[in-house]
Amino acid sequence: MNRASTQRSTDRIALRKARRSFNVMTVKKDVWLYILLIPGVLHFIVFKYLPMWGVLIAFQDYNAYLGFLDSPWVGLKHFIDFFTNPDFTRLLSNTLLISSYNLIFGFPAPVIMALLLNEIRSQWYKRSIQTLVYIPHFISWVIVASLTYSLFNSQGVMNKYIVQMGNNAIPFLTSDKAFRGMIIGQTIWKETGFGTIIYLAALSGVDPQLYEAAVIDGANRFKQLWHITLPSIKSTVITLLILRMGHILDNGFDQIFLMSNSLNRKVSEVFDVYVYTIGITRGAFSYSTAVGLFKGLIGIVLIYSANYFAKKVGEAGLF
Amino acid sequence: MKMKRSFASRVFDTLNYIFLGAFAGATVLPFLYVLACSFSTEKEILERPFFIIPRKIFLGAYEYIFSSSTLPRAFMISVFVTITGSAVAMLFTLTMAYPLSKKNLLGRNVLLGMVSFTLVFGGGMIPSFLVIKSLGFIDTFWALVLPGAISTWNLLVIKNFFQEIPQEMEDSARVDGCNALGTFARIVLPLSMPVIATFTLFYAVGYWNDYRSSLLYTTDNKKWPLQLVLRQIVLMAAGNIDGATLDEAFTQPPLEGSKNAVIIFGTLPILLVYPFLQKHFVKGIMIGAIKG
Repeated sequence: MNRASTQRSTDRIALRKARRSFNVMTVKKDVWLYILLIPGVLHFIVFKYLPMWGVLIAFQDYNAYLGFLDSPWVGLKHFIDFFTNPDFTRLLSNTLLISSYNLIFGFPAPVIMALLLNEIRSQWYKRSIQTLVYIPHFISWVIVASLTYSLFNSQGVMNKYIVQMGNNAIPFLTSDKAFRGMIIGQTIWKETGFGTIIYLAALSGVDPQLYEAAVIDGANRFKQLWHITLPSIKSTVITLLILRMGHILDNGFDQIFLMSNSLNRKVSEVFDVYVYTIGITRGAFSYSTAVGLFKGLIGIVLIYSANYFAKKVGEAGLF
Repeated sequence: MKMKRSFASRVFDTLNYIFLGAFAGATVLPFLYVLACSFSTEKEILERPFFIIPRKIFLGAYEYIFSSSTLPRAFMISVFVTITGSAVAMLFTLTMAYPLSKKNLLGRNVLLGMVSFTLVFGGGMIPSFLVIKSLGFIDTFWALVLPGAISTWNLLVIKNFFQEIPQEMEDSARVDGCNALGTFARIVLPLSMPVIATFTLFYAVGYWNDYRSSLLYTTDNKKWPLQLVLRQIVLMAAGNIDGATLDEAFTQPPLEGSKNAVIIFGTLPILLVYPFLQKHFVKGIMIGAIKG
């Protein structure tokens, strides 16, 4: 027994040695692979990791003339400024409200739509619906905002009907009250159809025998949905939910920026837009980087906690 | 297996067909309305609520938007950025994905870790802006092309696809005297044509639709791509191209009509490639769903 284990350990050492020399050989053999990596790795360093290193200006009073290396360090000054700023609570609540509405209404929408599409028997009808509802995903936010403008401005289609029915026109695009509804509506219109793809793929993998067995056992369609269909997409839903959690403070700059204007600023100003206005238009680089960094760090914490929680309740999780 | 369907089941089916049909309708109708408006007179747009067929075909809006060089120029810039961008992006993504797909490559795990980390954290808008600025890329095409050249998500999906290619095929090429580069170019890439088509289209759509990079990195409005000009015309100004310089042919430019014409002009290229896109994207997305 003892001898066997010594034998095994010497074997292991020999194996490790062999593997190491093998590694040197593979590096030489793989020299072309390393050359192929160069553009991509450079891209990651310059456009992904340099900015990450650049977040350090959040702890400086960055000055373009002094540059990144010589600007004075100020510690947490900008963070303290930000947290004590009266804007902070407003930004936080605007951001969280839009995210929560998106989570409550926007997240389940593709799940529901996939389930409904899954119930359609006519393949022709199903495919036509799919073809149409995928389109908006590929349309830019500028176009989506423009379409919204055409339909919802003070003389737009919606308001023409509202006025015809004898009501006062509703300022959809400039009112505080309508803003969140418009944003959620746009998101649902644009992304619901495309979001169904991943669920439909999960559904197509379900063994039809399960349904046959359920029918024989007397399950009606609702019971089949509850006991077979839903469990089969549960892990996909949870994975996407974890990913979504990491982005709870991202409202999508592109969309909100296009829909915000001076009249709805009270509700439309979220972290992403605030960073742009303060940083790019007003040039407060350090302060706006601090805001961005705060957002990014919360994002990491959220995604790891969501993952931890998913594992706790027995799901696979992401990492 | 034929079975009798209950009354409730049939009611549900009917409602389901109607609901999904209505949703699909709501997807398409705004486009049809804008298309109709772009061919209508100002009077008709102001008077009629929703319509799909104009009473009288009026081409004034299109004449107006092409009476200035702004839109054709922005269109050419967008086309150029889209073509160069997709080419550069595919080059960078493919050349990085292939080595990362080799499980015994030394340093692969470190690189993959670095790549995946960018999915959960990034430097953010301002540090990225400062990097672009210090590289001297402001107001150049590079600022519109290079920062978006690798989407981490696309990279990982393509890497997973390469991993699925049987190693034996590559080994036989190696035995025949191909080095890694030759194997990549002669065996792997030809086997990946559908994937390459899919992701080229994805990147192209991304570049075409991108307005954030140009908003951040271009200050000269003569260098604006189409999306930014669109935003200017439809959402910010009153449909007036080139600010104050009105074409003399129009004493009263068709403001509403031209906004709609501009929207159609910006949407059309995407709708033209959509059939090709649709053929591929479902498969493209599903490759990534296989864990690897």
